[in-house]
Formats: sequence, structure tokens, C-alpha cells
Amino acid sequence: MSLDVTQILLSAQSADGAIRKHAEESLKQFQEQNLPGFLFSLSSELASDEKPEESRRLAGLILKNALDAKEEHRKSELFQRWLALDAGVKAQIKALLLQTLSSPVANARSTSSQVIAKVAGIEIPQKQWPELIVSLLSSIHQVQPNVKQATLETLGYLCEEVSPEAVDQDQVNKILTAVVQGMNASEGNSEVRLAATRALYNALGFAQVNFSNDMERDYIMRVVCEATQSPEVKIRQAAFECLVAISSTYYDKLATYMQDIFNITAKAVKGDEESVALQAIEFWSSICDEEIDILDEYSSEFTADSDVPCYYFIKQALPALVPMLLETLLKQEEDQDLDEGAWNLAMAGGTCLGLVARTVGDDIVPLVMPFVEENITKPEWRQREAATYAFGSILEGPSADKLAPLVNVALNFMLSALIKDPNNHVKDTTAWTLGRIFEFLHGSALETPPIITAENCQQILTVLLQSMKDVPNVAEKACGALYFLAQGYVDAGSASPLSPFFQDIVQNLLMTTHREDAGESRLRTAAYETLNEVVRCSTEETAPIVMQLVPVIMMELHQTLEAEKLSTDEREKRSDLQGLLCGCLQVIIQKLGGMESTKFSFLQYADQMMDLFLRVFACRNATVHEEAMLAIGALAYAAGSNFAKYMAQFYQYLEMGLQNFEEYQVCAITVGVVGDLCRALEDKILPYCDGIMTQLLKDLSSNQLHRSVKPPIFSCFGDIALAIGENFEKYLIYAMPMLQSAADLSAHATAADDEMLDYTNQLRNGILEAYSGILQGFKSSPKTQLLMPYAPHILQFLDALHNGKDMDDSVMKTAIGVLGDLADTLGVHAGPLISQSTSSKQFLDECLSSDDPLVKESADWAKIAVSRAVSG
Amino acid sequence: MAPPQHDPRRPYKRAAISDQQRRRDFALQTQSARRADAQARARSLANSLLSPSYPPVDQAPASPEANHDDRSHEPAVNEVATAAAKLRGPEGRRWFACQIMLPEWMVDAPPHLARDWNVCARPAGQRCLVVSTNGITVSRLRNGTVLHRFPSALPNGSKRGISGPASSYSILDCIFHEPDETYYIVDMICWRGYSLYDCTAEFRFFWINSKLTETSAGDPPSTYHRYRFCAVPMYESTLEGLQAAYSGSTPYVKDGLLFYNKHAHYQTGITPLTLVWKDEACSQYVLDTDSEGQVPTEQHVVLELQEDGKLITSDDPPIIFGTLNSEFIQKSNLRPGNLVRFSVRDESVKLVDGKMEIGELQFAGKLNRSRTFADSHSKVLFQYAARHAPLRIEDLVASVQSNSMELESTDVEMQD
Repeated sequence: MSLDVTQILLSAQSADGAIRKHAEESLKQFQEQNLPGFLFSLSSELASDEKPEESRRLAGLILKNALDAKEEHRKSELFQRWLALDAGVKAQIKALLLQTLSSPVANARSTSSQVIAKVAGIEIPQKQWPELIVSLLSSIHQVQPNVKQATLETLGYLCEEVSPEAVDQDQVNKILTAVVQGMNASEGNSEVRLAATRALYNALGFAQVNFSNDMERDYIMRVVCEATQSPEVKIRQAAFECLVAISSTYYDKLATYMQDIFNITAKAVKGDEESVALQAIEFWSSICDEEIDILDEYSSEFTADSDVPCYYFIKQALPALVPMLLETLLKQEEDQDLDEGAWNLAMAGGTCLGLVARTVGDDIVPLVMPFVEENITKPEWRQREAATYAFGSILEGPSADKLAPLVNVALNFMLSALIKDPNNHVKDTTAWTLGRIFEFLHGSALETPPIITAENCQQILTVLLQSMKDVPNVAEKACGALYFLAQGYVDAGSASPLSPFFQDIVQNLLMTTHREDAGESRLRTAAYETLNEVVRCSTEETAPIVMQLVPVIMMELHQTLEAEKLSTDEREKRSDLQGLLCGCLQVIIQKLGGMESTKFSFLQYADQMMDLFLRVFACRNATVHEEAMLAIGALAYAAGSNFAKYMAQFYQYLEMGLQNFEEYQVCAITVGVVGDLCRALEDKILPYCDGIMTQLLKDLSSNQLHRSVKPPIFSCFGDIALAIGENFEKYLIYAMPMLQSAADLSAHATAADDEMLDYTNQLRNGILEAYSGILQGFKSSPKTQLLMPYAPHILQFLDALHNGKDMDDSVMKTAIGVLGDLADTLGVHAGPLISQSTSSKQFLDECLSSDDPLVKESADWAKIAVSRAVSG
Repeated sequence: MAPPQHDPRRPYKRAAISDQQRRRDFALQTQSARRADAQARARSLANSLLSPSYPPVDQAPASPEANHDDRSHEPAVNEVATAAAKLRGPEGRRWFACQIMLPEWMVDAPPHLARDWNVCARPAGQRCLVVSTNGITVSRLRNGTVLHRFPSALPNGSKRGISGPASSYSILDCIFHEPDETYYIVDMICWRGYSLYDCTAEFRFFWINSKLTETSAGDPPSTYHRYRFCAVPMYESTLEGLQAAYSGSTPYVKDGLLFYNKHAHYQTGITPLTLVWKDEACSQYVLDTDSEGQVPTEQHVVLELQEDGKLITSDDPPIIFGTLNSEFIQKSNLRPGNLVRFSVRDESVKLVDGKMEIGELQFAGKLNRSRTFADSHSKVLFQYAARHAPLRIEDLVASVQSNSMELESTDVEMQD
């Protein structure tokens, strides 16, 4: 191969597009024609100190991309490809990579360490590179600091790529020893110490055993705490990052260190650089996260227990922690509310204060209120804002009994500040605090006497509507406050004090969406979202006003469709606006289509509305708008079988949605809409079923589609079968084998973690819903016998689920329902099979005595169906 | 390739969930709820087409929805509900009356009482069908007249409680118990538009209990809920169950016991799969009274006069107990369709194969119009038995015991 790899790699970074394109083509060709040679050339390039830094860096990057990808299917493809390479070539490449770690060029070392970690990520789980860790550790004692630094960095990346189970404890011990030694204050080279500290962050997940050993844990904690005092800011920051990671991974091992950690963090928050102080605050936020989770589990009705006990660290630290956080609130930046990306000490401190309030509840109130009272009337805006923010932060957590008297006093002050305070920042926080009051201390669920009454409601509305005319960031918060005010009245019915002002509210919100500057601070979105909530909370009396809104919103949507020759940026903005308008129509459809008094007159708009939705799809070319799809699902349900007339035109977009692998949310929504259509159209969906089923089957076989869409696709089979009955016959030979293999997989899946178990149960539920729909769809049909061949497998699946003991209540309910459906549809033919099935009797008995009423309900039904089938 | 960043950034001054996510979640939730509904409907509804003699079209005007609706399972439920709301004329009432399942009177304990039957204490009061739909609840007596029109917490039973399609019906078979102004539910025909005609009694009772708790229909009366609803406690017809129904305390005044065959569907008209039984201990009304409320010395029967002078019971097919000659009909000013009361002399009664034959009927008078139905054969028989050799609670107990011995004996090894 006479290619000049260096030259091509440099050309591939050329400013000249034509040269770049040509070079990329050559690289691609090389890769396709001779993969081993290609990878070897790249690693040689990376290893060679004679080559330019730029070509080496790109060589490393291409290598990395040849070993790993984000999408699961691509990733496993690349893994297989690497594993299939000739062992000799792989050995040569790995040797070159390890050699690069000693390069004098820092960039080459760093790149190589990442590539090594990727190779390790593939090979170590296959037990294919056993000598790697040993050889890395042997070079750690080299005198040259650059080699040491690169080795530590490699170990860090390695820990990120490889799962702890794949590495022997003996090797873990060696890695940790090397890393912690590198972090030690006695390490003279700060680059080495930084690399070691960052490596520890990734290695913490490997240290379960070591953290259970008091001596080893003491040692690691001492070194980490010492590193927080390093003269190098980057080391201090990395050390605090380690503390944050430890706080969540080893919460239950921290008791003896908390006093020291408090001192360290307090010092950092007070005087260190912001990047360090932010991590120090994050440590406490992270402890709050842990304790909130544990206390949640304590109070949950099912377990009332937690694997980890609560040590009440926050409660103990409270008297010192709260003043420290309050102090940070005064360190606001000017205009931080206008900067989407802002994150500073005051914001972190306030957020942490809110978490502390959720952790300890009432206890925080007396510690914060003096600060609020002292500062809220000060001439300096920072003090007023900090006081308001502190007050707003503690509104979630403490009891309504504790807060109500304070809020009763504060409410008028806040309302007046929202209008009169000269500072935007203060007004922003004031509006946000009002929103928090409405969110947590207003609504029918509260038992305390209401804070919002018919009397002050009018005043609140006047202030909020006026504030919606303020600068965008303040107006956005005012919309948010109105959102929660409306939400609190969702159950109020005709007694809602908002009813008399409904027209006014709607008009002001519409005006807000039309503001020139509504694109700033998310204002337009907030105004539409609030409009949605107001519509959701409307009553029979205010329904006519919502009805008037229909042509208004439709007109707005129509206008977005008239615009021509838009730039990319404008097209994106238009698509956002269309999303908001479709979302609003969706909520209106649900509201007006769901009330008998309005449904009929509302459906007169259906033709026009459907026309608009179709045009929204059309202007997106290849993709379908998720919001429009959701709105159509709602419309189909409201219109019922009358929706059939739109199907001919709508079908192409339905298919497009089902094909959208990339935006899997769109695909998932579309699958749901197929279900809506089945229930609305019943057998009128038949002409479209060939296309829909083909697409759904393709989706299931694809490994590109996000796995979360697969369970709903199975459920959708059930929806279709239930709608078209015995016409599902022709799909049986395709659908049933897929259901069977998915059932086998899901029955015997060993879930590694809660998330996996959760997914497995969703999958089981989908499969069972499919069986249910198919069985019920065929009921009373002369073709019922077609299902007999599948009955043994369905019963085996139920047996396997019952034996597996890891299904959740909703799977249990669906599963026992399928047993009933099977008995119901197949009748006496299924009787002997059911009698023979190993666990159906026991399963049924367990469900009959379940505490979950839904499980019991299904089981009662199944019992009757089964007894009929068995007794003949 | 930048060094790793562990960004501590958290959401600031933002609601945790976006409205879009809420919409998405809501769509998914409603989809799964509707799927569950569709399945529940499939489970309870298939085959449930009621085949009634439909009322004349002009007497039960079809609602607008019904015109669009060609789904085969709807008419049955529609008819009953529409009739309940808009019933006119005697024919309509007569049709309506046919929609109720009527028990036969128990003159013999059926076999396998313990295994196949449920029992409950029947509340004393007026039997009626209660229909809730479109924001109003209507109760109608067996003869079709409206008892109450009121708001209730049943599904779509008041303007306030509309949920789901407001036109979906719920139909309950109830007894209105005057003293505590409560509707005691003895059966359920339809719930939120899901017909239960084709479901077994056992399933319907289970459904009553589970569905009633989903609503607040069991709550004390309030503005939007005029009368309380209460499920009648239903027992297995075992010794204990029978005991509980017979002598257990109830919040209502008892009027006999009702037996339901567990496997029977809701069958309109008189059925032997539901039975009523009474004795003095559990009912104040064992023997029929005359218009003055006195128990006459001789048994009375009420029969319907046919065109050809035949006197028939309300059974389907009817049983003929005698004939009036045209001269007598004219003299007494009777018309076909009239209900006529007769007294029966004991000695003129013969029992042949469980059927009753009456040798001589003595005219006792014409009935006023409030009563719409002749006696059934089983009622006449029960009344006769009650005067001579009543079926006693001891007989029922003995029947249950012999049944259970039968069951057990299959497991017993014969020994020397």
C-alpha cells in the first residue's frame, strides 16, 4: 500500500472543502478495502514521533471511532469486527498504542490512552488482553513523569470503559494502589497527581471491596481530602469531584468523615475559586439526593424500608450548613436570569437550599426565616433577591401547617414587590416564588385553610396579568405562576374563582404569545403551556370561551403554513411554533371532545383541523411532527368512526412516523396513535392494516430502533386484533413467531439492574396485551381453532413468568387476564391444556389473594372463564 | 479530546416536568386506559346481544347517537336506557317490564344448592331498574312508571360526574328501600356502557362490588347524589351462607331470600335460575293479602283474561288455569287483557308432576290498573304450599347438608 497516510490525514483537515472531501473518500476506501492494514497504518501514525501532531491526533480519533459508537447496534458491529481481526495484527496495533504512552508529545499520549481504553473495553470482558493491566502497572514506577501521567490516565479511561465485574479483585487492588499513590501529596509532579485524581473518579466504581475495609477506606478518604487542599486548582476541583462521586456511591460509609468534609467544603465555598466551590456545594446537594431517596423509600407504602439506612447527615449539619448556603445567595451575577447557560455560586447554593428543605422539612424554617426578614426590605437588590430566593427555596419540604402562616403574611408583600420592585432580578425571583406558593400551598389536596381565597384571587390575577407585560424573563415566571394557580383549581368545578376572569386570562395569554420579544427567555412557550393548563381547568361554564379559542389557534397555525422561503433558522422557529400550537389544540380537543355538551359543536371543526395537521406534516418533508401526531390521536378518539374519512390522506404520515427510527419518541407516539385509531375506527381500519402491520413487523426486527418502542408495538398488535377480529388471521404467521421468541427471551431474562427489570416487565406486558387482544379478537369466530396451535406456548410463557417470580403487579394482572382470555376464547378445547399446565392453578390462587385490586379483578374474571373451560 | 467534565449544573427556577412531557405522558396513560377498557368490554360483552321484542319505534324514540351507531352490541343497552328515559304508553311499559329478570318462587330446593347457588336476604321494597346516563339517573318500577328522577354518583349519573362518553349507560337492578331511602343493588346489567347480560351471576356480583367502590355512589346523600346505593351482601349458599342471609342482621327490612344460580346469565323474564323463598321469620309478606291488606281465608290467584276467555298466568309460555264463558265476561264487564282475581278452594287443587291444576276458580273481582301482571305458576304453587306444607328453612338446611355429604362421600373409601 503506497498511500501517504500522513498526507491524507492532513488533507482531511484542510480548510479547502474539495481537498478535504477527496481525502475523506480515500480514507473511507482504504478502510473498506483493507481494514487491518488501515488500522495498523493509523496506529503507526499515532506512534511515530516523527509525524506531525495534527495527523497523529486525527489518526487516533479515527481509531477510536473504529472501536466504539453511540448507537448500540453500531457498537456491537464494531466490537465484532475488531474481535474478528487477525490476532497478529491486533497484537502489533496494541504494542504501538502502548509504545505511544511514552511519547514526549502530550497530545499523542492522551489520545493513545483513550484508544487503549476502547480496545480494553472490547477485549477484557472476553479475557483477551490479560497482560494489559499488569504491563501498565509495571511502567507506573518509571521515573519519567510523562509516562506515569499517561499510564494513570489510561487506567482512568480503562475503568470508565470496562465494567468492574470483568476485572479480578487482585488487579483492582493494584490499580487502586497505583492511583491513590499517584494522588498522594508526596507526588511531586502535579500533572501526575491530577491524572491520578481524575483516574480515581472513574475507578471508584471498582472499589466496593476496598471501601468495605476500614483501613483501606480511611486511606483513600485521607488522600482525597488532602488533594482538596492542593495548591493546584485543577487538582482541588478533581478531588471534590471524587467526593461528590463518593457521596452517592458510598453514602453509607461516610459517617466518620462528615465533620472533616464539612470543614473542607465550608472553606472551599467561602474562599476557593468558583469551579471548586461549585463542586463543594454539589457534595451537599448529592447527599440530599441520597437522603431524599432513602426517606422516600421509608415512607412508601409498599416497602417502608430501604436497603441503605438514613444517617441524617443533613439534619445534623443543618445549623452550620444553612448559614453557609444563605451566604452564597448574596453572590449573584448581574443579568444571570438572562443567560441560559449561567451557573454560579448563588444558583448552586439556592438549589442546594431547596434540596435541604426537601430533606429535613420543618426544621429548616426557623433557620432561614430570620435571613429572609432581615434582608427582604434592604435597599441593596442583592439582599432582597437573596431573601426572596431563600423563601421560595424552602416552600417544598416543610409542612403546610408550618408554612401557611408565613405565606399568608408574605403573599401581599410578594404581590406588591412583583409590580413595584425596581430590580428585574428581584421581580423574576418574586414571580418564581409566587409560582412555588401556588404549586405547593394551593389546591384541593391541602388540609390547611386555603391561602388563596375568592377574595385575594382577583388581586393575584390582576398582578400576574400585569406582570405578564413586564420584561420577558419576569413575564415568563408570571406565566409559570399562573400555570400553578390554575392547576390548583383543576378539581374546583363550577366553583373555580378563575371562571369570572377566564376570558381576561385567555386574552392576556394570547397577547403574550404575540409579543415581539416572546422568543426571549422561553416566554412564548411558557404562555402556551399556561394556556394549556387554563384550558385543562376550564368548566362547563367557561367551555364557550375555550370553543372561541379553536378558530383563533387554528388561524395561527394556518398562518405558519403560509410563510414562504424561510431560512433554516426561520424554519426551525416555525416548527417550534407549530409544535406549541398543535400541543394547544391537543389539549383543547381532549377538553371539548370529552364533554358531551361541547363535543358535537366542537367536531364541526374537525375537517379544517385535520387539514391543518396534514399540512404541518407536509412542510416537514421527511419527518413527522410529534405534537401534530399527538393531537391527531386525540382527534381520532373524539371523532370515533367518523375519523375514517381522513385515513386516506393521513395514512402516509402514519407510515412515516412508524418509520422514524432516529426520533424514536415520534415512532413511539405514532404506535400509540395506531392504537387510538383501532379503538376509534374498529373494523374500518382494516384496509390500512397490511401497511401498518408490515411496518410494525419491520420495526420489531430492526436493531436500530430504540428498545423502549418495542413493548408498545406488541401492545399495538393486540389493539389491531381486537379491532379487526378474525381478519387478523393473515398476520398470525408473522406476529405469533415474533411474540413467541420475544416471550422466550423476556421470560428467561436475568435482569442485571432495576432498569433492565423494568424494561423486561414492560416487554412482558406488551406481549401479554398482544395475546389478550388476539384471543379476544377471535372470540366467537368460527376461526377460533386457528389459535389452538399457539395455546401450549402461551401457557408455557405464563408458567415461566410464574416460576420466575420477578414480574410486577401490572404484568401479573395482564398475565392472569391472558389465562382467562385463553379459556374464554378456546373454551373446552383449552381445558385439558390448562389443567396440565404446571402452575396455572397456583398462579390463579396467588392472584386471587393479591392485595392489588386490579390483579384480583383480572383473576376473578379468569377464574370464572377457566372453570367454565375446565368443567366443560 | 478534552479532559472529563463532571458538570454539577442542576435545573434552576424551572418546573421539573415540561408541559410537553405532561401531554406525552397523558396520551400514553389514556391510551393504556382505553386499551384496558376495550379489553374489559371484549371480555364481558361478546355474545351479549339481547334479543328482546323491541318496543314499537314511536314509543322509544331513538337517540341521535343510536342512528349513527351500527355496532351490533349497542341496541340492547340503548333500548333499555332510552326506554327508561323516554318510555311512553302501556306497550312500552310492558316491554320495559320484560327487561327485568324475575325469579321463580322456590317450591323445592334445587340440587347442589351449596355448590351452584348464591343467596342473599332480599330487602323489602320496590323492585326497579336504575339507569344513569347523560348526567341524570332514572329509576323505574317493574311496571314502567318512574319512581325517581335524580342526580347520583353513578357514572354519568349527574351533571357533575360526567366522565368518559356521557352517553354511556349504567343499568342497575335494585330494590328501593323506603325506610332508609337507599337503593339496594341486587344485580347489575350494564356498567359504563359495558353490557353484563352475558356474564354469569357470580361475575356480575363481583363486578357490582368492585365497580361500586370506584364511584362514590355508596356515600351518604348530597347535592349531586340524592340517594345512597348499597350492594346487597351475597353469600355462597352453604350452611354458613344460608345462615348469614337468613338470620344475619341487615341495615334493611328483609323480605325473604333470593337465590341466584352462579352460572346463569342475566335472563329477562321469569327464570328458574333465580329463586325467591320466604317464611314468616324473614318476611312480613309470606301469604298474599287482599285489597284491604287482610290474608283471605282462601287462596287468591290473579290471572289474565285472554281474547278467547282463557285465564292465564304470566309465564312464558303461559299456563291456563281455566276459562270464562262469554256471557260471564259480558256480565262482569271484563275485557281481554284484564287482570282478574279468583279464590281457590283447596279441594279443587290437584298437583300433577309438579304442575298445579285448579278444578274450580271462584270470581273475586277485577283488579285496579296499578297492577300489570298476572301471577306466575310458581307463585300460585308457592302460595298453595305456604298454606299447607311450606318449604321450611329446615328443609333448605337439610338440602344443603345432603348436598355437601354427597360431595364429601365421593372422597370416602368404602370400608368393611
